[in-house]
Order: sequence, then structure tokens, then C-alpha cells
Amino acid sequence: MPIDLTVNGQPQTVDVPPDKPLLWVLREDLGLTGTKFGCGIAQCGSCTVHLNGSPTRACVLPVSAAAGQEVTTVEGVSGDAAMAVRNAWRKLDVVQCGYCQSGQMMSATSLLASNPSPSDEEINRAMRGNVCRCATYVRIRDAIHEAAKELEA
Amino acid sequence: MKKLESLITSADNQRPDPSRRWFLQTSALAGAGFLIGCSEEPAAPTGAETAAPAMPAEPVDAAFNAFLRISSDNTVTVVVKHLDKGQGVTTGLPTIVAEELDAAWDQMRFEFAPANAALYNNTLMGPVQVTGGSSSVSNSWMQLRQAAAGARAMLVQAAAQTWGVAASAVQVSGGMVTSGQNSASFGELAAAAAELTPPEQPELKSPDQFKLIGTRLPRLDSNAKTDGTAQFTIDIDRPGMLMAAIAHPPRFGATVRSVDDAAARAMAGVEDVVQTPRGVAVVADSFWTAVKARDALTIDWDFSASENRGSEELRSYLKELVAGEPGGIARNDGDVEVALGSAARVIEADFEFPFLAHATMEPMNCVVELSETGCEIWTGSQIQTLDQGAVAALTGLAPEQININTVYAGGSFGRRADPDSSFVVEAVMIAQAINGRAPVKLQWTRENDMRAGRYRPISQHRLRAGLNEQGDIVAWHHSMAIQSFLAGTPFAMMLQDGVDATAVEGARGLPYAIPNLKVDQTLAEIGVPGLWWRSVGHTHNGYVTEVFFDELAQAAGKDPVELRRSLLASQPRHLAVLELAAEKAEWGAPVADGKGRGFALHESFGSVVAQVVDVSIGDNGVFSVDRVVCAVDCGIAVNPDVVAAQMEGGIGYGLSAALAEAVTLVDGEVQEGNFDRYLPLRISQMPEVEVHIVPSEADPTGVGEPGLPPLAPALANALAQASGKWIRKLPIGRQLQA
Repeated sequence: MPIDLTVNGQPQTVDVPPDKPLLWVLREDLGLTGTKFGCGIAQCGSCTVHLNGSPTRACVLPVSAAAGQEVTTVEGVSGDAAMAVRNAWRKLDVVQCGYCQSGQMMSATSLLASNPSPSDEEINRAMRGNVCRCATYVRIRDAIHEAAKELEA
Repeated sequence: MKKLESLITSADNQRPDPSRRWFLQTSALAGAGFLIGCSEEPAAPTGAETAAPAMPAEPVDAAFNAFLRISSDNTVTVVVKHLDKGQGVTTGLPTIVAEELDAAWDQMRFEFAPANAALYNNTLMGPVQVTGGSSSVSNSWMQLRQAAAGARAMLVQAAAQTWGVAASAVQVSGGMVTSGQNSASFGELAAAAAELTPPEQPELKSPDQFKLIGTRLPRLDSNAKTDGTAQFTIDIDRPGMLMAAIAHPPRFGATVRSVDDAAARAMAGVEDVVQTPRGVAVVADSFWTAVKARDALTIDWDFSASENRGSEELRSYLKELVAGEPGGIARNDGDVEVALGSAARVIEADFEFPFLAHATMEPMNCVVELSETGCEIWTGSQIQTLDQGAVAALTGLAPEQININTVYAGGSFGRRADPDSSFVVEAVMIAQAINGRAPVKLQWTRENDMRAGRYRPISQHRLRAGLNEQGDIVAWHHSMAIQSFLAGTPFAMMLQDGVDATAVEGARGLPYAIPNLKVDQTLAEIGVPGLWWRSVGHTHNGYVTEVFFDELAQAAGKDPVELRRSLLASQPRHLAVLELAAEKAEWGAPVADGKGRGFALHESFGSVVAQVVDVSIGDNGVFSVDRVVCAVDCGIAVNPDVVAAQMEGGIGYGLSAALAEAVTLVDGEVQEGNFDRYLPLRISQMPEVEVHIVPSEADPTGVGEPGLPPLAPALANALAQASGKWIRKLPIGRQLQA
């Protein structure tokens, strides 16, 4: 049965099994491969997207649960917080292998959208669900502070 | 075999540094013909990554050599022969080129080289294209400097001819070639310059002339990795491509007795179910369907020849081995037994290490397009030409018919340097099973990845040391029982006289002046496949040696840094690193109650790293790691920020393993299938990290791995200071809460 949803501001209709996770619909049916598969059980955060603005693990969300909702991925995320995060990520060269970074940036963007000046503890709490095996964590913390500064300016 | 032996011997003679030993033996392997080269002519590389928006016009490229092209649009493309797995090669290698070329950083681009053992081999490892041993920069250093300096000379010559001036009157700076009133960009001169004959001995800069090397240049991969456009294997799409999911044997060495695939085949979207020597695979029109159908298979496995022991049985076995006669002796200075017999005190300690998974963020995967005349592969591999050989052997195609497209790897840490090319071979087997009728992407689930083996091997160590009346260390005996992951692979010749060079590295090279010193090893027969894991033997030996050293210092009533200093008098690099770390961390300043500060120092892959770890610990044994001060001598730091990033990464990866990582088996079955049970470090556990680099004009050495080994022992030493308990078994887990 076709399922309607909005992805990065564009209305989309997909005809897939309703239990197919949003992650695989984004990647396979809509060609948006910036969102990554890491664990499949919402333990690593590589698949983090925004569902109506809130960070959501797309690997465990059946696409049927996203019907009629607004999905935002790394390819389409916009606004001051998203720009500040991207700029800070580049300025501090946060990335190493880069695989988890879409999810990291989506979580960081959500954090800054609701808390424009988070403390280290608040960053740790908000970002705990996003694993980085390259351990870019020091720079992620620094980059979120850097983005907060840009948002303040 | 004679050829092999002579290659090994000559390799050892050339580079006696024991920490480098495994590279050289790898080169012997390559020379022995296990690794197959390919065509003389490189395939046309495609898909250049850009740091700036693509140019609208059709630029024309001029190739100066196998590593360097300059385009009419004035971009310089560096052909990167190494896999990018996050370590920064796509920045470091272009930096070396830009330096000798006198290019501007914003004109630099890169692309990955095709698999070609003749052109793109690792110069430290013979004719094999390998990214490993933290050698990407060190093995490329002179190769790329010469390639770029040669191209620069050709640009100068072309300009001199165009303008009718002497070459000595031409300057190059920031991507511009000038002489008096004349000036031209690289792009304007490239076509003419590339026609000229390269100089045989291009003049290289001296380190004091470097303008880019040693500065913080922005990474060339940051943009693509922050907007979702970076292409990993999982992102590759081909027309008509099918997705494959696989069921591996639940125990290592088990085989399929029978498969009931009726339910799987009945699912919409399932194209095929195929049995391969590596497992049973479902091929479907989507990965989700493939996984659901795989999970609907009923497979009867035959465990008669599999490894059926669990971790507890394996531990008992290793303890028996380490207590028995050693299988081989790796180092034997003086007479340890006599010295121990006459020592005033003998200290003993046993150390245990678990299997560790690499657990890269991107589970292993590979895309294969197979036809009768060729095989096109997309993957992130650390040994492209080994895979090329393996696929050639499997398909009957010639190596030059196997085209390997290297793409970004979502982490590796050694996992993608697989001696039996496991996931590449598996993908090709699936493509063969469907007669190549469609391109196939094999994607492992996290559970596949966690349970497929190729772990850092399990090991058991026994340490004995003798102190004299003055507290001097007069004897040191290190025995270990460990599985060799080289046995039974094409790398088996790296095992010599019962000693696995990769398993004793970091123990054999103990830098301290101790007159009687013995390192021996007994190899265990274990059917769980092992593999190199970020810093390899240094992962356990760095821990054993540096924790035991602190135990001895405590027993002798000496400050552990002072004791190291006194035993490193003839090791200037070690001493300089020690002093820098001690100074920056204020070693010797008082440490408050409930806090601990620990030190460790270790050399690996040509670099020396010291770390000071600060911890806080509560009465309940719960602790946090607050700060790590890291000092490193890695020769010339091509990009100090990338060096710092690699130290941070090594620290985080090492901390993750030390705190909570372990792969355990029960009745031969791996218990940890995902990140709910195999616990990776999270941001809330990551300490502050300071990295200090020892200034150097020596050629660059490794940074990808050397940041890891000192972390765990420095942490254990800090915890011992704070709690009085020595951690002799990793991971630390809840041991201090007992």
C-alpha cells in the first residue's frame, strides 16, 4: 500500500512493505544515502534523522509510522543550527572515517535547536546515543560549542 | 622456498627495527608471488573528490606521473594509493605533493588509485598495495616528494622555454610560476610541462623550506563527509543491482548439513537463495527483504569439525600453555633464570586479554559486478592487490581483469586487511552463484560483523621480574600464550622458530636497560580466526609491560617516571617524549584523594608515545577518566592536526577496549552480536585530550596506531595509584567495584 510522507520538504509516495524501516526507504527507495546503517537496533545513532524536527533512529522506525510526517535527512537539513553545525564540523575538522557523522550532526543540530548554549554535560547527554569508533568525541564537543558561539553571534 | 627465505633475510637486514618486522615479512610474502600484480598501465582513475565546486568547463588533465595530474582548470589531483578509513591520507598525501610542487592548498584534489601492485605498492612492503602498519605517510614520503619535485621542475622548464629565460630565473610559489613580468598558473603550463622528460634526481626541499608541511591545513574530505555525499561501499548503486544478506555458520568451522529455504523463497522480492562455502545467502531486491528472508531460513549446521570451546575453556587452555615449556624464544639477553635466582625479590603477575572486535561503524560489505570477461568490485580494502589475487583465483579471471574501485571505508582498524579477503570473496561467491546475472551488494548486518571472527586474539601472559637490594630491576621474563592469526594464511612465513612477530611486538622491543631479559611465546591452537587490530601485538604487550613496570616501581619504592628515565638513558627519543608528557601533565605535582594519575610510554610503528591519564574514583569503585595528556614523536608531523586527531582516536579506541570491550564465546558461539552487548565508548566517557608533538626533522613515522598502546596501561596505573588495585585482566569492567 502506498505511503505518503514528506522528506526534506518534498512530498513523497513510496510503495513498500509497511514494516520496512524508514532508513532503508530513504536509502533504497528515495536514494538518500547520507543516512547510514550501523546497528539496526537503535544503539549507534548512525541512522539519525529528524521526524517532525526530533532526532529519531530511522533503522527501527517502520516507514508506516512516518506516514504523513516530516522527515529531514542530512541532505536536506537547513536552518541556523544546521548551518552552524556544518560550519563548525568543517572548521574543526571533526571527521575521520566520516561514516557516523551524518547522525552526529543531526543529533547536534537538534540539540542546538532546543538548547543554543549547551554545557559539556548537556552535550554528553544529548550525544550519548551516537557512537563514533574513530572517537572524534573531543572534537564533536568542541564543535558543538563552536556552533553555539556562531549561533550567538 | 629458497627465494622466500632470502627475501625475508634481506628484508630484515635492511630494516632491523623489530617494530617494523611484520611489514618486511609481508614484503617477503609479496615477493613470493602470493600477491598478484596487475597490468602495467593503470586504469583511468575516476571520481576525483573535490574540495571546491566542480568547474563547469571540460578541463583537460596532464599526467606527470602515476601520482600526479594537473588540469587545465588549475587543479592538482593526487592519486592516493591508500585506503581512507579516517586516518587522513586524503589530506596527508596531497600535503606532501603540494609542498614539493609549491602548490596552493585550495587547488589540491585527490582520487583513489586503482589496484595495481606495480605502481601503487607500499614501498615498505614490496610489490603489494597495502594500507597498514601506520605506514601510509612514511612509505609515501620520498615517493611523493620526488614525484612532485619532478613535476615542479617540469613546470619550471616549460615556463623557461615559453618565456625564453633561464630555468634558474623562474620561481614557483602558491601555485603560480613567475619570472620577472611573466607569470602563469600551473594549469596554463601543465600540458606543455607534462611532455617534458622528468628530471632523474629532482631537488627536494630541506625541512626548513617547508611551507605547508607542519601547518594545519584543512582536511580535503571534510566537506563530502559533512553533507552526506561521501561514497562508502554501502552507498554504491549499480543498474539492476541486487542486495545480499548472509547467514554465517554460528560456530567457526561449522558447515551446512541442509537448508530449508521454502519460507524465504516465498517472500516477495526474494530473487534467490544460494549456498556458498562461507554461508547461505539470500539475494533480493532490497536489503530489508534479504535480511527478513535470511532470518526465515532453517539451516541445519554440522558442528563436528567446528571450534566448540567457549571462552572459559580457552582461558584454561592458555593458562596451561603459559605455565609450560615455551614454544619459541623471541629475545634472550643475559641469563634470566640465574638473575631471578639471585634477586633480592621476585615479583610475579599474570595478565589476561579477551578477543576484541574491530566493530567498524560500517559493517563489512562489497559490491560485485561479474561477467565472463571481468569483475568490477567496489569496496574499502586495506590490501587491494591481495583481494585482486583472491578474486582471480576464485573466478579464473586474470588479475588485470579484476578492477577494484577503492571507496571510503567507514572505519577499519585492521579489519579490512583480511588475509583471506573474507567479505570480498564472499560477495564474489554470491555473484558466481547467481551466474553474474546482476550486480550484487553484499551487506553484513551488525550481527554478521560481530560474529564473523577476525578478532584481536585472546592471550595470557606471565611476568616475572627480579629486584636487587637497591631496587634495581635485574631480570625481566615475559611469557605469553597466544593464538597466531598468521598460521594457515598466506602470511604464515611471518612465523619463525615458534615466534609470531606480530604477537611479540612491543614485548620483544622493551626499551628499558635491564641486563637479563627474556621474552618467550607459546602458540595456541584455536579455531576462532584472529586478525590485526589497531596496533596489533602492542595492544596487549604495551599493557603488560607498562603496568608491570609500575608494579615494579612501586615494589622498589621508586617514582615510576623517574625509574623509566633512569632506564632510558640510551634512548633519546623515548626520553624526549617522556619529558614532554611529564612536563605538560605536571607529573610530580600532588594528586588529591579520590584522584589518580598514571603514566605509560610505548613505541610502535616507528613512533614513540607517552600518555598521562588522570582519573577520579569514588569509594564505590566507580571511576571516570578525566584527562589524557599525550606526547608523540612521529618524526616530521606532516599535518599536526591530523596527528592530533589520530592520537585522540587511538586514545578513544584504546579506552573503549580497556573499559568494556570483550568478545566472549559459549560452546563456540559468540555472545555479543551488537552494540547492546559489545559496548563501544560513548561521548560521555571521553576524557579531555591534549596532544603535544615533539619537534623533529626526521622522516615521518606512524600515527594511526601508536596513540593506542599507552592509554590502557596509563589508565591502569592511575587506577592503581588511586585504589591500590592492579588491573591484570581486561576489560576493566566492574573489577574495582567488587
